[in-house]
Amino acid sequence: MDISNYLYLSVILFVIGALGVLIRRNAIVIFMCIELMLNASNLALVTFSRINGNLDGQVASFFTMVVAACEVVVGLAIIVTIYRSRRSASVDDASLLKN
Amino acid sequence: MVYLIALPLFSAGLLLLLGRIADKWGHLLATLVSASTFGIGVAEFFAMHKHTGANRAATQKLFEWISVGNFKVDASLLLDQLSICFVLLITGVGTLIHIYSIAYMDHDKDRRRFFAYLNLFIAAMLLLVLGDSYLNLYVGWEGVGLASYLLIGFWNQNPTYAVAAKKAFIANRVGDVGLSLAIMISFAQFGSVSFEGVKAGAPHASPAALTAIGAMLLLAAAGKSAQFPLQSWLGDAMAGPTPVSALIHAATMVTAGVYLITRSNFIFDASSTARILVVTVGTITLLFGAIVGTAKDDIKKALAASTMSQIGYMILATGLGPVGYAFAIMHLLTHGFFKAGMFLGAGSVMHGMDDEVNMRKYGGLAKFMPITAVTFGLGYLAILGVPPFAGFYSKDKIIETAFNQGGGKGIILGGAALLGAAITAFYMTRVVVLTFAGARRWKDGSHPHESSVLMWGPMVVLAIGSVASGFLLSMGSSLVNWLQPVVNASHATGGEELMKPLVVSILALGVVLLGAGFAITKYRTVPEVAPEKVSIFTKIARKDIYQDVFNDAVLVKPGTTLTAGLVATDHNVIDGAVRLVGWVIAEISDVLRKIQNGYVRTYALTMFAGVLIGAVILWVVTA
Amino acid sequence: MNLLVATLLLPLLGVVALVFAPRENSKLIKQIALGSSLVTLVVSLLMLTKYKFGVTGFQLVSSHSWFKFFNINFAVGIDGLALVLILLTTVLVPIVVVGGWNESEGGRWSVKTFYLLILVLESFMIGVFAATDVFLFYVIFEAMLIPVYFLIGGYGRGDRAAAALKFLLYSLFGGLLMLAAVIGIFMISANQGAASFDVTALSHIKISHNTQDWLFLGFFVAFAIKAPLFPFHTWLPGAARSATPGTSILVLGILDKVGTYGMIRFCLTLFPEATKTFAPYIIVLSLLSIIYGAFLAIGQKDLNSLIAFTSISHFGFIVLGIFALTSQGITGASLYMVNHGFSTAALFLIGGWMIERRKSMQIEDFGGLQRITPVMAWLFFIAGMSALALPGLSSFVSEFLVLVGTFTRYPAAAVIGTLGIVLAALYVLLLVQRSLHGPLKAGNEETHDLVLREKIAIAPVIVALVLLGFYPKPAIHVINPMTSQVLSQVQVSDPSPLAGK
Repeated sequence: MDISNYLYLSVILFVIGALGVLIRRNAIVIFMCIELMLNASNLALVTFSRINGNLDGQVASFFTMVVAACEVVVGLAIIVTIYRSRRSASVDDASLLKN
Repeated sequence: MVYLIALPLFSAGLLLLLGRIADKWGHLLATLVSASTFGIGVAEFFAMHKHTGANRAATQKLFEWISVGNFKVDASLLLDQLSICFVLLITGVGTLIHIYSIAYMDHDKDRRRFFAYLNLFIAAMLLLVLGDSYLNLYVGWEGVGLASYLLIGFWNQNPTYAVAAKKAFIANRVGDVGLSLAIMISFAQFGSVSFEGVKAGAPHASPAALTAIGAMLLLAAAGKSAQFPLQSWLGDAMAGPTPVSALIHAATMVTAGVYLITRSNFIFDASSTARILVVTVGTITLLFGAIVGTAKDDIKKALAASTMSQIGYMILATGLGPVGYAFAIMHLLTHGFFKAGMFLGAGSVMHGMDDEVNMRKYGGLAKFMPITAVTFGLGYLAILGVPPFAGFYSKDKIIETAFNQGGGKGIILGGAALLGAAITAFYMTRVVVLTFAGARRWKDGSHPHESSVLMWGPMVVLAIGSVASGFLLSMGSSLVNWLQPVVNASHATGGEELMKPLVVSILALGVVLLGAGFAITKYRTVPEVAPEKVSIFTKIARKDIYQDVFNDAVLVKPGTTLTAGLVATDHNVIDGAVRLVGWVIAEISDVLRKIQNGYVRTYALTMFAGVLIGAVILWVVTA
Repeated sequence: MNLLVATLLLPLLGVVALVFAPRENSKLIKQIALGSSLVTLVVSLLMLTKYKFGVTGFQLVSSHSWFKFFNINFAVGIDGLALVLILLTTVLVPIVVVGGWNESEGGRWSVKTFYLLILVLESFMIGVFAATDVFLFYVIFEAMLIPVYFLIGGYGRGDRAAAALKFLLYSLFGGLLMLAAVIGIFMISANQGAASFDVTALSHIKISHNTQDWLFLGFFVAFAIKAPLFPFHTWLPGAARSATPGTSILVLGILDKVGTYGMIRFCLTLFPEATKTFAPYIIVLSLLSIIYGAFLAIGQKDLNSLIAFTSISHFGFIVLGIFALTSQGITGASLYMVNHGFSTAALFLIGGWMIERRKSMQIEDFGGLQRITPVMAWLFFIAGMSALALPGLSSFVSEFLVLVGTFTRYPAAAVIGTLGIVLAALYVLLLVQRSLHGPLKAGNEETHDLVLREKIAIAPVIVALVLLGFYPKPAIHVINPMTSQVLSQVQVSDPSPLAGK
């Protein structure tokens, strides 16, 4: 099997994730889409590691996973707090930066 | 020598600093100081007789004042034959006027301040005549301007007086610009601003430079001495107390211009163009002042116009070449006596008449103020040039020298001087007739009376001077010989005599009689209100030959418009441009602000777009 | 310890003391501020004992490495010009504290903050004159804006926030151009193998003619805004109208001198060729400033704007003297900086007291003050006389030196400049006549004369004005070596007399 198919899959996953971020309003779903994008890039990194024949890409993907884990912790906490105070997880309701 | 300046300066500062504490004795201290400067002056004068000729000049270096590059000016004094004349005049007349003022200002609660200003004036005026460089002279020059400003505006709670003071200062400042430019040209030309340095360099300078210096010095003289075209302030300066008018605006300060030109004789001797300018200004002013004097009902303003005219004679004399300087100084000294005396007389009249200055409301005062009338009368005879009074010796000499210029120039100048003498006789006779002769025109409320001895004492002294000074100064050409080393007149005295002195004297006496006779017949009856139906000439003279109208139209009005225009420009155009930049930025920001709509999705989309654009650029650039 | 560094740091010591002072005890706070500024004054005067007179170059130098990588040093040192300006600063700050004893009350922030800002500003002002490292100069030049911004915006009157903002934006714009020029000259020095910010080292490097022009302009515009020179002046009247008298004195009397100081220190010495190229244009600009400032001063209706515009006219004279490139011009301009500091201080102090008493800035609201407040009126008159450069007062010496120095090289410019003398008489005497003379105007009846504190504050200023007028030799003696050094760096000499040689 051609190794570049993994890259195509990665691109498709990334675009799905990106579209999800842009289109959906629920913060949880947006969050999941971001995870999807991160994992798409992880897939790409691992693929490149395979193509180049060294471990750099795989090491980088571990870092990404750690960062993603931290992000989930902080991000979910924020979303829960916002939901508690505003009774909504829609990102459009949290447009406080305006004005 | 330095005490001449330091004493009155110190006393002035002391009186001003101590304030009300010194009210009781301030006037006495000031008078004492003034008298002691006169004492020092007399002592210096006799000390000078130990030497002869040029050795009589003495310099005293006080300290190094300014020294930058080759611009070196010391605070240094020069006492020579010319300055001692002025020192004696200033301190002598000054002391008399101090004494007079003790009585004249008796009722004023600010008498101490008045005497402080008088001492300040004495100090500045002495610095003016004693400075050994143009820059030192300049300090005194502006110093007397300041003292004159303070004294004209002594009663500045009256707005017109405050305006008169300001006008005097500003007209003087215009003249001062002339002096400072003359100093700058001198420095650029000769690398020196001392009299000695400029005198040494003058023969090497180009005619254009010398003419420029001369013209600028003349401008300075015109400002200080109320000469055309800067004459307009002198009439208004009569707002000051009368002793001030006598001392500053008759006897001493206004003659500083004559001093300046005489002191700078080496410049004017070397530039005939500058001399022509000088005689032109002098001639115009002597006629101008005389004509204005004929129409004044205010006794002080009539005398002020006369002062202007007499200084015109002096300036004319200084422009007549080396021989004229001594006659200018002689007329200056005799004028100092008789005009100061007459001003003090006017003050005495005002004192007795409740400060009334309108001569149409006087009349027949000789009976009530005999001493004032006699001393004033002696001054009157002196200014007319009736022999053997002082003016006869000094004024006739100037007329004679003017005629001796020869040719058309001599006839024009001499003729103008003669005409001036006739008009002088007319207006002075008018003053005397209106004030002392005829029927009484004052109201019952006033009680004219002779003033106290403190006032008539100085008047008597000055009257004696008006009688005798001319004879004494010209006896054996004493003043001419005395000034000889300073003005260097030797090589020119031998000028041909086109008019015999006797002829000039007879001519002058003739026109004087004519003028005086005309005045006597014309003012046999005097209406209390100035008549409206008068000849066009009288109307012009009453308006001061439109000097204020002219200044107003040419300087004040355009200046005010320009100022208002510039203020608007500054706010609308210059600051407007700045505000425009600010406005544009604010508007752009307003548009850009809309992008920040607060929706996370929009920010995310922008981010993706940014990444995409970045990627495309990267691809295009690397491909 | 180096006395110069001590002078520089002492106000900061006062700042530390202030931080620990209780916020409510405003009397103690003022005493601390006064005390520390007085100690600074004493130490700065002690510098005179170590200073070698008649010697060129920087003295009392002290240098500490700051950023090694860029060869930036905390380098300070003084020559004659810096010395007189530092002394002006240390003399004026205590006067400002005493004279404006109550001006910090009722501001947006506390009294404590006001004096913190004043002392920080004093330290910066000393530092900016002492810096011999171009980068250090730049940093302090910009840092000075911060305390001034808060002083105007927090403690002024009227539209103070807008005035403070305008001041800040103008200055930042100038500072940006200067930063570019600073980096530019550093890069040139680095390319020539001697990367340095030291002003003496930089004056020896070779810069091409075209580059000099651009770098010169970068510095000059920043300084022209600060000075301020026409047409970069519109921030000044607003700032003077809004700021407290004390702040106005510090801004116009000292801070603005950084502009003219910088012209001599950087524009002239670093870019001699460009200086000669631009001198005629700058002289035109300075003449415009002289005349324009004077006319606008005549047209002003409130006291503070009038004083501000007279300053614009006087800064015109200073710049004229600098770019005439003669020894009389540069010494005169340097002396003018000091004299203008004192003369402006006198005007703003007394004007401030008049405004404080009358509760109005409009000149037409005053009138007849001479009758009821003779001392205040007299002092205001003397201050006015110093503004019109009356001989015997210090400003005359400097103004005349500037004019005579200009005349030897540019006679026409000096002739136009003398027009400023007449206009100065007009604006001063109009002001004096309207506010002091005439009958007492309604609303002034309650005005009382100066109290002892105010007399103590103004006395040293008047003494300085008179003393430097009669005996300017000490100041001239200090400045002259700097002048000759600058002229030799620019490679010009005085024109010699035209006749008699």
